[in-house]
Amino acid sequence: MLRNYKKPAPPSDDKRWRLVEATMRRHGHDPNALIEVLHTVQESFGYLEEEALQFVAASLSVPLSRVYGVATFYHFFNLKPQGEHSCVVCMGTACYIKGSGAIVEAIEQEFGVKPGETTPDNKFSLLSARCLGSCGLAPAAVLDNSVAGKLEPQQVVERIREWTK
Amino acid sequence: MMIEDLQKISDAERAEAQKYEHHVHVCMETACIASRSDQVKQALTEAAERAGKPCRVKGVGCMGLCSAGPLVKVEPDGTMYKGVTPEDADEIVQKLGDSPVSRLECDTNVPFFQRQVKIVLENSGEIDPERIEDYVARDGYLALYTALTTMTPSEVIAQVAKSGLRGRGGAGFSTGLKWTTVAKSPGERKFVICNADEGDPGAFMDRSVLEGDPHAILEGMTIAGYAVGASQGYIYVRAEYPLAVERLKIAIRQAKRLGVLGENICGTTFSFNVDIRLGAGAFVCGEETALIASIEGRMGQPRPRPPYPAEHGLWGYPTLINNVESYANIVPIMRKGADWFSAIGTEKSKGTKVFALTGCIENTGLIEVPMGISLREIVFDIGGGIPDGKKFKAVQTGGPSGGCIPEEHLDMPVDFESLLQIGSFMGSGGMIVMDETSNMVDVAKYFMEFCMTESCGKCVPCRVGTAQMYDLLDKLTKNEATMADLQLLERLCDVVKYTSLCGLGQGAPNPVLSTLRYFRHEYLARIQEANHEAAFLTD
Repeated sequence: MLRNYKKPAPPSDDKRWRLVEATMRRHGHDPNALIEVLHTVQESFGYLEEEALQFVAASLSVPLSRVYGVATFYHFFNLKPQGEHSCVVCMGTACYIKGSGAIVEAIEQEFGVKPGETTPDNKFSLLSARCLGSCGLAPAAVLDNSVAGKLEPQQVVERIREWTK
Repeated sequence: MMIEDLQKISDAERAEAQKYEHHVHVCMETACIASRSDQVKQALTEAAERAGKPCRVKGVGCMGLCSAGPLVKVEPDGTMYKGVTPEDADEIVQKLGDSPVSRLECDTNVPFFQRQVKIVLENSGEIDPERIEDYVARDGYLALYTALTTMTPSEVIAQVAKSGLRGRGGAGFSTGLKWTTVAKSPGERKFVICNADEGDPGAFMDRSVLEGDPHAILEGMTIAGYAVGASQGYIYVRAEYPLAVERLKIAIRQAKRLGVLGENICGTTFSFNVDIRLGAGAFVCGEETALIASIEGRMGQPRPRPPYPAEHGLWGYPTLINNVESYANIVPIMRKGADWFSAIGTEKSKGTKVFALTGCIENTGLIEVPMGISLREIVFDIGGGIPDGKKFKAVQTGGPSGGCIPEEHLDMPVDFESLLQIGSFMGSGGMIVMDETSNMVDVAKYFMEFCMTESCGKCVPCRVGTAQMYDLLDKLTKNEATMADLQLLERLCDVVKYTSLCGLGQGAPNPVLSTLRYFRHEYLARIQEANHEAAFLTD
């Protein structure tokens, strides 16, 4: 198969693309590195926008359909921008048994967002996780990248209220 | 890297340790850090400096009792403190060598600590996972050195086979047999993969091992690479475990610098590299062929077996896939011998098993027990029973492919065969205790929702069947189901179980089947409720 060896240019002159390019270089632009590269894109930009997918597809010589397939198959990848703050509620068995459902319900009622959604003002995203592996602290949640445990619904709602003020 | 170098590092490390009269170990794992153990460690270090005491503060891996964190252990007297806050630091340092601070003391003279047998977790809570010297000082990499310099690959495999070790990922396939198959499979390249995609909700054993003792995994994988003739290894780890990934990266860097990983390991002709591959939140990637697809950068969909990965795996080459805990068992087996290992456990299940004990139980945390121990001992002695005076109802093992075990089977020994017999599954080691307030139909629905959303969609029975079963369970929980629905549910269980492509679909009906087997009356009650409501409406 004849490959187009001309290196595609990043979609913009945003410096974060350099991180993405560095990851691709480290893997020798190997199509196998697709997931690793998508991880870097998400780490740098917070989500996978369409032009990022196109850029990665062209750079790794992978069909866009496969890139899109992988990006949507894995739950970890977001195709939509996330809010400024995030709360990931663990829905693992231990947390479920100890009432993580009530936490999600309380947040839903207070802020009108379901898991996977962001408030209209882009301040806050509610997410759910399969298991954070912090079952000893059930029910647990990740509030802006730090794990908090033994939570009460009201306590979480209050934290989020501070963010959305 | 020669044996003298290892010895030198080990001696220097021990000499350094002896300079201090007291050693304060602070748990630095995800769960304890969430309860501010990083600040506790900082405060203790500062307090020790202020007091001018000969004391060394060290961050270590999991000490087990996660719910009582942050945990701090003082050596050599072995005092354990629970729920420590940064404000307690001065008091703890002042009382070193004196009587312990009683208000923080955690009694270690209880079954939770006494009944455990630590093989996989032998270094967890003892060593600093971010320092290879600490691992070497506890005879780390000695087993690798001995294997490489004095044993042939087939001798290594023979020792693993003789130990009777079975895969700790859940199914319990003989590790020795797997290694033999990979070693015998022809291929110009071979790969070794460590499955650290711990997706079962309620399970965190692998995370604890990776965070607490990452070098044990690297050493185990390198020995495996030598035994089967591979030169490249991959650790497939969940992206949800950032701390484990970070510690693995540090460990790989240190091991390469020391010459126990990379080119010409320990001065021999054997070379072995390990790379980390991040998962991306797909439960099905715990299945070995799906995991391989994911490492290859594709959607994590399983393929039919045979051919097994041992013959046709990563990029078509023979590939050895073992679970984190399986690799963690290799080093102790190589160091202490197959006979020592096979003396622990039962006739068919050797050694120990690590369980993550969670749910409605007094002592939540990580435990390692010999195979063959009874569930009753785990729940009531080690776990301390059910809190708030509630009654025990069931214990769930094996994650979404497992089952709920009721009181009447609590005296069963915990081993691969016994659990299968009562409709559950060893699984990777999550053990979730439920009390009388848990409703079993809800629990079945919870797991079915999990399997439905995690189904990769490749085969019809799993993709469609789990959705249909979920709808029926949903009807049941809403008191809208009839007897015909229940019969349909049971038929579907059968179909999905026997016709699905991989373990996810084959195991998906298990939570329903086991709750139907032991708690059928709860299902019937829901149907009766539905009948009542219907009768009320027609009146």
